[in-house]
Amino acid sequence: MTFVALVLGGILAVACVLYVALPFLREPAPSEDRLDEPGALERRALELAEQRDRALGALKELEFDHRTGKISDHDYRELIGPLRRRVAETLRALEPRAESNEDRVRASS
Amino acid sequence: MPELGRAALVLCLGLALYALLGGAYAAKTRRRRMARSAQNALLAAFGVSVAAAAILLTALLRHDFSFVYVADHTSLELPTPYKISAFWGGQEGSLLLWLLILTGFSAAAVAFGRRTGADLLSWVVPVLGLVTTFFAFMLVAVSSPFDTQVAPADGAGLNPSLQNPYMMIHPPFLYLGFVGLTIPFAFAMGALLARRSDELWIVATRRWTLFAWTALGIGQLLGAHWAYVEVGWGGYYAWDPVENAALMPWLAATAFLHSVMIQEKRGMLKVWNMLLVILAFCLALFGTFLTRSGVISSIHSFTQSPLGPWFLGFICLVTAGSLALVFSRLTLLRARTRMESLISREASFLYNNLLLVALCLTILWGVVFPILSDAVRGEQITVSAPYYNFFLRIFGLPLLLLMGIGPLVAWRRASLRSLGRSFTWPAALALLVGAVLLAFGAGSSKAGLVAYTFSAFVLGSIGYEFVRGTRARRALAGGSWPGALAELIARNRRRYGGYIVHAAIVLLAIGVAGSSAYDKVHAQKLRPGQTLAVGDYTLKYRSLVQRESANATETRALLDVRRGGDSLGTLASGKNNYRAEQQVSNEVGIRSDYLTGEDLFVIADQINPDGSVVFKVLVKPLVNLIWLAGFIFLAGAIVTLWPSAAEQRRLAARYRELRPLVRA
Repeated sequence: MTFVALVLGGILAVACVLYVALPFLREPAPSEDRLDEPGALERRALELAEQRDRALGALKELEFDHRTGKISDHDYRELIGPLRRRVAETLRALEPRAESNEDRVRASS
Repeated sequence: MPELGRAALVLCLGLALYALLGGAYAAKTRRRRMARSAQNALLAAFGVSVAAAAILLTALLRHDFSFVYVADHTSLELPTPYKISAFWGGQEGSLLLWLLILTGFSAAAVAFGRRTGADLLSWVVPVLGLVTTFFAFMLVAVSSPFDTQVAPADGAGLNPSLQNPYMMIHPPFLYLGFVGLTIPFAFAMGALLARRSDELWIVATRRWTLFAWTALGIGQLLGAHWAYVEVGWGGYYAWDPVENAALMPWLAATAFLHSVMIQEKRGMLKVWNMLLVILAFCLALFGTFLTRSGVISSIHSFTQSPLGPWFLGFICLVTAGSLALVFSRLTLLRARTRMESLISREASFLYNNLLLVALCLTILWGVVFPILSDAVRGEQITVSAPYYNFFLRIFGLPLLLLMGIGPLVAWRRASLRSLGRSFTWPAALALLVGAVLLAFGAGSSKAGLVAYTFSAFVLGSIGYEFVRGTRARRALAGGSWPGALAELIARNRRRYGGYIVHAAIVLLAIGVAGSSAYDKVHAQKLRPGQTLAVGDYTLKYRSLVQRESANATETRALLDVRRGGDSLGTLASGKNNYRAEQQVSNEVGIRSDYLTGEDLFVIADQINPDGSVVFKVLVKPLVNLIWLAGFIFLAGAIVTLWPSAAEQRRLAARYRELRPLVRA
């Protein structure tokens, strides 16, 4: 039993080592070995996209709460303006980035 | 093949260590192949853990008593299902189950995480590697399930109280919950290490957290039901330190699930959410430490073992390391928005968070104080039920009320006029229910009456939310009421799934209040032919019978039960004498009335040689609502966990347009 266990253990160990080494075996000499990392621009863009989604979600929520009667007409009128402005601001803030992305894509092709 | 089991565990340790060190090196130096290799190490660690678990399970099923673990926890007579549950019935096996689930979850997190973000995942891997290294090291060096001996003729058997069907599923569910909390912790720490202030880690772990929280909740209810039917003292929760050990991380995770919504919707409470994730994970580790260290004496804990100092050291390391990391990233976590009003949905979530954390820390103090007292002053002190019940009322009743208030209040701010309109119906219902209950004599327990009144308010507010939402949906899209309701839930699964979970918690509260504040207890010695009365019930002790089962001698006292003039049949209550284990267990008789939710609970406390029996009889009103709450809780959790196509599309669009950030 010990011999069988030894052989099976050996096979298991070799299989594990091969699997762990697979990325190096597949690409022994890659042209590029860097992990993607967001730059300052991408981090800011993601933050803006989150703010945009948050503002859009809040707008949707407000509309629904108003429709169900949880928000009075008076409160709705007070809240809707600043929220719409917030959505417009985040959309505007994301727009230049979209253009610069297109420029980047054009430049790289 | 214990050698192969040991080899598999050593391999697992090596792979986890590689994931930790290689993964950290890859993340720090931004090496793509190295990061991928470290991820593969975690995937392979799962493979070898499966091999180790399969070897132990095979040994248990084949009565291989040359394994010390198998001989200590099974016997030839033990029925097959309990041979399987013996896997987690002992210290070493349960630790192996921890490792198996941990590596399984880590492998799944890596597989799914490859789609979410390479830079985040590269830091998550070493964190998962660290936790896996600790558990693999424990199994290799401190508490191995593969120790061998000269095989004895028979094993010692399994603790009788563990020979119950609930033991087949209760511990695995708890472990799914405990271990599941590792994933949000690893992603939170990964986000901090990667210096990411966005919500990707929350998006990536939302379902993990919900799953772990659901499993922990269901696991506790299964444990409560096991205690109710098996332990034989007439209750389901005794504020035992090990029971509390499962409740504390669940409370912290509940707080996190609420506060994370404020971060998602308002971009606030980033530091608080990090602290809650750390608290939930550290409490899960602390619970594991309590069960295994031998520092407390509990029916649920394993015996004294050398694991304690190792666990304590690891908990200190994780707590100190993660808190230091949070404080080093405070600038990154600073919120840019503020709470607009103290009367708003987010404010109610915040109050709920403060109460949940206060309750959690109060319970923690109750658990830790006797240990500290023993260690520092050498005094044996027990913190018992009155302490916990007091704080449960102080924090639990306002929490219950908040569950009703939250859904009625709008995000950002609410005017008093809107509030008045929203509160009218639920408050009127609550006052009516309170008045009716008072008239029927429920005022004998003030806390019970308040709990019922608040419960009515919460159910009213949840019902009102469903009605208003369905009406609005129908006004918008037309169609039938059921169709509009289904559409309403499908469009916002988290909100309405959450309401279903709230309804389950209310049922739980009603069940707990009813069965503890309004129960009846009666103890009496009876000879065959004699009767006793408790509440509306009359019990006549008919006879004592005995039979041999596969591994025990079963003695049962048979009682004829009547209520009013109606016969309700026969109830059997007695004891099992387990031959191999040489232990006796109480086997209670329970008659459930599913219409009223009431149980008649009979314990044969003492069976005398002359055939007389000392019975303890309890009438527990509404106790079955607790178990019903479990099913509703699960249904609500499934609704919340179910993927929403619209949500998936929205998130996919967000990360697609920022592809450089999220490419794996």
